[in-house]
Amino acid sequence: MLLEVKDIHVHYGKIEALKGISVEVNEGEIVTLIGANGAGKTTTLKTISGLRGLSSGSISFDGKDISKLPGHRRVVAGLGQAPEGRGIFPGMTVHDNLLMGAYTRSGDFSADLAEVYELFPRLAERRVQMGGTMSGGEQQMLAIGRALMAKPKVLLLDEPSMGLAPLLVQQIFSIIAEINRRGTTVLLVEQNAQQALKLAHRAYVLETGKVVKSAPAADLLNDPAVQAAYLGGAVAPEVPEGQA
Amino acid sequence: MNQNPLARFRTGLGNFGDVMHDRWLSTPGWQRWIVYLLLIVVALLLPSDSIGSFMSPDTDWASILFFPIGTYVVLAIGLNVVVGQAGLLDLGFVAFYAVGGYAMALIGTRLGWNFWVIMLVGITLCALSGITLGAPTLRLRGDYLAIVTLGFGEIIRITARNTDEIGGPNGIRGIPHPPSINDLHIFGVDVSNLLGGIEPLKYGVLDPKPYYYLLVGLAVIVIILVKRWEKSRVGRAWAAIREDEDAAEVMGVPTFRFKMLAFAIGASIGGSMGVLWAAKSISINPNDFQFLLSATILAAVVMGGAGNLPGVMLGAFVVAWLPERFRGLEEYRMLIFGAVLVALMIFRPEGLLPSRQRRAELKEGSGGMGTLGAEVPGPEAHGEEVASK
Repeated sequence: MLLEVKDIHVHYGKIEALKGISVEVNEGEIVTLIGANGAGKTTTLKTISGLRGLSSGSISFDGKDISKLPGHRRVVAGLGQAPEGRGIFPGMTVHDNLLMGAYTRSGDFSADLAEVYELFPRLAERRVQMGGTMSGGEQQMLAIGRALMAKPKVLLLDEPSMGLAPLLVQQIFSIIAEINRRGTTVLLVEQNAQQALKLAHRAYVLETGKVVKSAPAADLLNDPAVQAAYLGGAVAPEVPEGQA
Repeated sequence: MNQNPLARFRTGLGNFGDVMHDRWLSTPGWQRWIVYLLLIVVALLLPSDSIGSFMSPDTDWASILFFPIGTYVVLAIGLNVVVGQAGLLDLGFVAFYAVGGYAMALIGTRLGWNFWVIMLVGITLCALSGITLGAPTLRLRGDYLAIVTLGFGEIIRITARNTDEIGGPNGIRGIPHPPSINDLHIFGVDVSNLLGGIEPLKYGVLDPKPYYYLLVGLAVIVIILVKRWEKSRVGRAWAAIREDEDAAEVMGVPTFRFKMLAFAIGASIGGSMGVLWAAKSISINPNDFQFLLSATILAAVVMGGAGNLPGVMLGAFVVAWLPERFRGLEEYRMLIFGAVLVALMIFRPEGLLPSRQRRAELKEGSGGMGTLGAEVPGPEAHGEEVASK
């Protein structure tokens, strides 16, 4: 097992955002966390990448406990993240953004740059453009490409489909599949459950800080309860507010 | 494009700046060094009376070149490292200037150490006080950090006023000057004769010029160091932290450590200026280190174009010089000063000479002051902020 999250609890002040989440990611997999707003998906991801501390539980990566490791050291260990809301550096060019992704590495990474530009030809066209002036889709590509520059073993993606046109979502998801085929394990957080379940091998369904279901993604795609709650199934009961 | 003439003028000015900047970047290194040397020569020739009669008809030009102009410029360069480069809003910068000043005053009067030794001690002390302030507070962001630094600035001043051992409200008198070098000879030539009777390194009470030359030397060293840092890995890390701190952390930048470094460097620069200023002024007291000075230096940094060294220096010059230039108008001078500040913020909100990177950040709407108002854990947070250690 490459990444193991065991019974983590995370608090924002007094509010408990995660109430004991356990997630396992094996090497070579695409695993997705789906759920509504406020289910704790992004918090889980932030806790894994070290932007949030945990109150109890543990995270181990590659056989080592990384629960107490600061975020920047987890990057060196092999966790790469495209953060929530893309987190592009607006005042740096596309090229400099990508170089920031390789901040922890030394030596020659022109081959990795070439690979990112090959995965995202759009970025190659905009090499000297400022990150802040790019469209949402391009910024998402840049965020993923930048995370890849650190040569991560596990790529953490936080809602790559957020705010993108359907066609672009398709494109981004096929690129994620390609990245996985080339050997990078992916942990994907998504609200777009349909797309995510089609792409992933396994999935966890989160609700208010707890894992309520975990199964192979294909099974969940056909699960009536999941269909009703997240996929707009025919027998949909009243969807609570904020879960659209 | 249906723009009014004012907006056209502004974009025109911006484009002109870009063109000049590109041309500057493409000039070979040796040509740039010639320009740098010329600038230093100009800086050394500045205190002459012919320039002074225009620049400040009402006060002694050489005196105001040292304080406020030169002092503000060096302080602004220091604050720019914190605010302009790392994007940390510091409202208590005057505290480090005070620590430097008091280091010079106390060690100079009590222990009688040499100015140069005190300079080194003062810089070290200020770096340490920067770290002392930073260690607990740099976990905060944006407005919260600004409030804490504001408090620190006041604590230093009020502590100095209430501590009788360091003079209390009366401050400290009889601070020694830097050691003079009389009868300076370079290659057997008497420099004093060459300059028409001026002793460039004789630090007395009357002539402000030697102190000004010393200040120019200090500024040149500081500028070279800051420029080096800006272009290194450290500078790139600062830029990343300023633009998106969380993203910087997940890129592998040790954000907390680099923020501390920015604080320590900024504090050292402020402190070195404090030492030099105290060595000239003979006496200091806590009222020399009011909050207004922090605010003025911050205004200089923001107005000049935070993050861009020439801009920041220009901003400091304007902020220091304008009130002196219009001293003849007595009370009205502050009115003019205020009007100029307001006009600048309307016509050049990004500052007089902003860097291109900075302008792109402002457009993005991050406010250009780092992550102002970002989420901050409450006081009862459990196990949070592991990331920033």
